[in-house]
Amino acid sequence: HQSAYESDNIKVLCRNPDDYVRETTRDIQRVPRNYDPTLHPFEVPREYTRALNATKLERVFAKPFVASLDGHRDGISCITKHAKSLSTVISGACDGEVKLWNLPRQECLRTVQAHEGFVRGICSRFCGTSFFTVGDDKTIKQWNLEAPGYGVREEPINTILGKAVFTGIDHHQRESTFVTCGQTVDIWDEQRSSPIRSFSWGVDSFSCVRYNPVETELLASCASDRSIVLYDTRESAPLRKVIMQLRSNTLCWNPMEAYYFTCANEDYNLYTYDIRHLDVPVTVHMDHVSAVLDVDYSPTGREFVSASFDKTIRIFPKDKGHSREVYHTKRMQHVICVRWSADNKYVLSGSDEMNIRLWKANASEKLGLLSTREKAAAHYNKKLIEKFQHHPQVRRIARHRHLPGDILKQKREQREMKEARRRREQNVRKHSKPGSVPLLTEKEKHVAAVVE
Amino acid sequence: AISSMGSRKRKKQNERSEASVQVSEFFVNAEGTGEKVNLSDLLGTVEKTSGASNKTKKQLRNLQSSKETLELPLNKQQTEKIQRGIAYEKTAAEVSCWRNIILQNQKAEQMVFPLNQESPGPKRVEQVVAGWKVQTPLEQEIFRLLHINSQPVDDPVLTPVEEQSLKAMSLEEAKIRRAELQKARALQSYYEAKAKREKKIKSKKYHKVQRKAKCKDFLKQFDEMVKTNPEGALEELKKMELSRMEERMSLKHQNSGKWAKSKAIMAKYDDSARKAMQEQLQMNKDLTQKIVVPSDDEHESNEEGLETIPDFVNDSEPVIDSVNPWMRGQLTHEEPEVSCVTTEDVQTAEEENEEEELVGEFERKRKLRQADEEDLIPTEEELMRSEKTLEGSNQTREGLNTPGQEDEEGLLNEGQIRVRNIEDLEVLGEFVDPQPIAEPSLPRTAAVEATSEPPYKKKREIDLKEVLTKEAKAVKVPFLPTVVDEEERDEQISIIKEAFAGDDVISDFIKDKSKLEAAGRPEVVDLTLPGWGEWGGVGLKPSRWKRKRFRIKTAPPPPRQDQKLPDVIISENRNASVASHQVTNRLLPFPFQNTAQFESSIRTPIGPTWNTQSVVKNMTKPKVITKMGAIIEPMVKEDFIKNKTTTPGGKGPAIMLGENKRILFVKCLKKTSL
Repeated sequence: HQSAYESDNIKVLCRNPDDYVRETTRDIQRVPRNYDPTLHPFEVPREYTRALNATKLERVFAKPFVASLDGHRDGISCITKHAKSLSTVISGACDGEVKLWNLPRQECLRTVQAHEGFVRGICSRFCGTSFFTVGDDKTIKQWNLEAPGYGVREEPINTILGKAVFTGIDHHQRESTFVTCGQTVDIWDEQRSSPIRSFSWGVDSFSCVRYNPVETELLASCASDRSIVLYDTRESAPLRKVIMQLRSNTLCWNPMEAYYFTCANEDYNLYTYDIRHLDVPVTVHMDHVSAVLDVDYSPTGREFVSASFDKTIRIFPKDKGHSREVYHTKRMQHVICVRWSADNKYVLSGSDEMNIRLWKANASEKLGLLSTREKAAAHYNKKLIEKFQHHPQVRRIARHRHLPGDILKQKREQREMKEARRRREQNVRKHSKPGSVPLLTEKEKHVAAVVE
Repeated sequence: AISSMGSRKRKKQNERSEASVQVSEFFVNAEGTGEKVNLSDLLGTVEKTSGASNKTKKQLRNLQSSKETLELPLNKQQTEKIQRGIAYEKTAAEVSCWRNIILQNQKAEQMVFPLNQESPGPKRVEQVVAGWKVQTPLEQEIFRLLHINSQPVDDPVLTPVEEQSLKAMSLEEAKIRRAELQKARALQSYYEAKAKREKKIKSKKYHKVQRKAKCKDFLKQFDEMVKTNPEGALEELKKMELSRMEERMSLKHQNSGKWAKSKAIMAKYDDSARKAMQEQLQMNKDLTQKIVVPSDDEHESNEEGLETIPDFVNDSEPVIDSVNPWMRGQLTHEEPEVSCVTTEDVQTAEEENEEEELVGEFERKRKLRQADEEDLIPTEEELMRSEKTLEGSNQTREGLNTPGQEDEEGLLNEGQIRVRNIEDLEVLGEFVDPQPIAEPSLPRTAAVEATSEPPYKKKREIDLKEVLTKEAKAVKVPFLPTVVDEEERDEQISIIKEAFAGDDVISDFIKDKSKLEAAGRPEVVDLTLPGWGEWGGVGLKPSRWKRKRFRIKTAPPPPRQDQKLPDVIISENRNASVASHQVTNRLLPFPFQNTAQFESSIRTPIGPTWNTQSVVKNMTKPKVITKMGAIIEPMVKEDFIKNKTTTPGGKGPAIMLGENKRILFVKCLKKTSL
C-alpha cells in the first residue's frame, strides 16, 4: 500500500491474468522463484527435518507383502521364473506337483503331477516355450508351457530316465543344453537321452548346479562334501573346488558381474566369491539366524534375496555384510526357495506351509504408474535419506525392523555365542606362543581349503 | 616267440586244444603267455634287418647298454590336477576381461536397466511380428483395400508412389536446386546478421543519421511518385494525414513523458537537456503540421516553437523534501544552504514538520507519559519523538496533507536531518547556524520543553567509551539521508534503543562473559589439613609452606572458542537435546576422511527450495532406473566384449521350439536374403 499517492498520477498494479489464473483445476501454475540463499536460510536444518520425515514416511509406507498364492498340497520345493513373461511363475512341490501361476491375477493356471516324490528342480527354457523338471523318481521331464487342449492328457514332451536321483537342474542361457546334478554333474543335449558330458570329483552328491548367465560356459555346483566346484564346459576337467566349514545349499551367479557368485551356507551366512580368488570370499553376509536355503540375485545385480530356515527372507546389497531388509509373516514357515522377479520389482518366496508369497523388493515403493511430481518427490526423499543416513535419528528409524520374538531371541543368543567365541580365542592367543594362533579375519574363518 | 614272428618261415599253426583267455588275432597260440618281453627280443631283429640305418642301430645299442630306468609317468590324480590348474588359469584370465566393465558399472552414477535397450519409436510391422498372416475376414478386407491403394503390406516399406517420387528427380536437377536453396539461405542469414548487427549499435547518432537518410529517401521516392504514380502518392499523403491525427491525439512529443520530466528537471542547469526538450517539441510541431500540397509558402518560419517550453523548466530545482506536491512546479525562493544546525534547531526542525495534528498527538502522549513516569530519560524521548515524526511524515506523504503548512515548507526542508547518536547531537551542538530561523507558527510547547532539558541529564545512557575499550571507527553520515533504506535502519536502531533503554546491555554481557570464563577456569584444590603436623586451633592458620604444598592447581582447560571474540559468547556445553540429532565426531562415517569433508557434503542443499529444477533433477537422480514391465536380461558377452565371439551364431539362440522355431527360421531367411 505504499506509494499509492507517490505522485500526482495514480499507479495501479496490473497483471496479466494468464500468469495466475488456472485453465483447469488440475493446472499447476509455474511459480517464479527467487533462489537467493539469503531468502532461504537454514538449509541444513530444514533438509534434515525433511530427511527425518522422509525416513519416517518410508517406514510408515513399508508394506512389502503383496499377495499369497495358495494351492499346493505340500511344501514348495522350487520356483522358477518364466523366461519371457513377467506374469508367469512355475513352482514345484514336495508331492511332485508342478503349478503354473499367473501373478497379476493371483491364480493357478495349470497343475501337473510331474513326478513321484519331490520335484527337486525346475528350470524354464530360454525361449519360454517349455520347462524342465527333475524329481526324486530319477527322471528329467520336459513340459510344454502351453496347456494341452481340452480332454488331452497332460504329458511331458520328453522324459529322460537317469541312473540316480537328480537334485537340481539349470538351462543354458542361449543354447539347447542343460545341466543336472545328482551324483555327478551332467550336461545334456536336449536332443539326446544320455548326458554329453559328465563331471565328478570324488564326491557322492551335489545339491545345486547353476550356469553362469554371462559367461555361459561356466558352471558352479554345491556338493555335499561342503565344497563348491567350478566347471567350464569347454574343459575336460572341473576347474577348482573350495571347501568351506559347512555345506552350501545353493548358489547364484551375479547376472551383471560375470565373476561373482553368492552361496547360501548352512552356517547361517551367505558368501560372495570372486572366482578368480577363491581362497577368501569377497563378502560375508551375516544376519540370518538359521541355515540359509536359497539365494537369488536381482536382475540388476545390485542386490540379492535369501531364504532361510529361520522363516525370514532377507535382502542384502551385494557388497554389504548385513541385510537392508527382512520380510516375515506370522504364517510363513521355513522358506525353502526364493526368486527375484525379472523386472526387479518383486520377490517370490515358497515356503514349507504350501504358500508362495509375493513381496515388493522395495518395501515402501509405490506400485504402478507415478506422476512426474510423485516420482520427483520420491527421488528427492530417497536422496535426502541417503544424504542424512549417518545422522543417528535417521539411521535409527531407517534401520528399525520388527522381528518375531524367537528370531530376536536367537539373534541375541548368537551374538552372545559369537562374543564368547571371540573372547575364548583371544584368551587362547594370549596364553600361547606369539604367532602360533594366527589372527583370522571373518572372511578367512569360513574357508577350509581350496583344492586345485 | 617274438623273434620267431619276424621270420620268413611261416610258423606252423598250433592247434588250440583248450579254452584260453588270451586269444591272439594273429593265430599265435597262448604258448608263452606268462613271458616278459625284453628289449633285446625286440632289438635283435633290428640288427638283422638290412633296411635300418646304422645310426639307429648305434642308438639302439647305446640304449641297450645304459642302465638308467625311465621315470614313471605321473599318476592320474596329479595329471588331472595339472589339467585343472591350467584350465582354471585360462578361465580366470578369460573372465578377467569383464573387470573394466564391472568397475565402470559400479562407479556409474546411474544405470538404466534393461541394458542395451532398443531405440524407442515406431517400428515397422515386419520388425514387430514375423510370420504373421491375415486370417479373419475383416483383416482380409482391410488388406484388400490396402492392396487396391497399393499400400505396402509386406516387406517393401515404401508405396510405389513414394518410390516413384524418389526416383523422379535426377541428380543434376537435385544439385542445382540444392545450390539455389543454399544461396538463398546464405543470403537470408547474411541479411539477418546485418540487421542484428545494426540493431545492436547503441549510438543514437548513428540511428538518427540512419533515420534521416531513410526519411530523405522516402521524400525522394515520394517526389517521384507524385510524378509517376499520383494514386500511390495520394495514398501516402493519406497515411501522413493519419499519422498527424494520431500525433495530435497522443501526448507523445509534448514533454509529458518520463524522459521529458527528467529532462525538465535537468533543463535548468543543462543546456543539452534543454535542447533535447526543444527538439522534441519541434518534432511534435512538425508532425502535427498540416501537410500542404507543395506550394510556394512551404518555407515558413516556425520560430514560435521555442516558446512552447513549459514554464517550469525555468523554475528552480524542486525542493528536496518532496513532501508537498503543491509546491512542485512553483517558483521558489532562493534558499540559504543549511549545513549544520544546533540541537535546538534539530528539535525545532522536528517540531516544524508539516503535520501539526500528528505532532500534537505525540505531544499529548508524551505529556501523559511524563506525568506517569517522572524519571523518563529526555534524550531517549527525543529519539523516540524524532522517530515518530518521521513515521508521521511518511504517513502524510500517503495522504494526510493540510494546506496550512505551506509557509513553513520553504524554510524548513531539513525535516529529515537525522541525529544518529549522542555524539552527533553533541557535535551538532557546537555549531551555530548563521542563518536566522523563522519562528514557526505552530504550538511549540514540546519543543521548548525539549530544549529546556539540560544536556547532563543523559547520564544514564550507556557510555560507549566506558564500555568499549577499542576505538570505534567514526563513520561519517551524510546529513541528508538519500536512501529510504537508511531511514528504515535508523528507525530500527532507535526502536531498539528505546526498547533497551533501561538496561545496560553491554556491561551485562561483559559481566556474563567473565562469569562464564571464570566458571570454566579450573579451581585450586586445597588439601591442607589444619593441625596435621603442626599446631591447630582457633585463630591458627596452616603454615605457608603447607598451603603451598597442598594446594593443587590443575592444568588449564583448552582456550575458549570465544576468547578472541569480545562480543560473542560461545557456549561449550553439550546440548543433550540437539546431540541426539548430531553425528558424533568420533564416528566419522565411512567414505569421509575428515569432518570438513562430511560437513561440506551435508551443507549443500539438494532440495527444490534452494536449487533450480534442473539442478534438483540432476542431484536427485536415482542410481538404478528400471523400466516398468520390462524383463532385465543378464549381460550378453557379445554386446560388451566385441572382439571375442565365442559362439559362431552370435547372440541368436541356436535352436528354438514350436512357434519360435518358425520365427527364427523367418529371421534367418531375412538375414540371408539381406
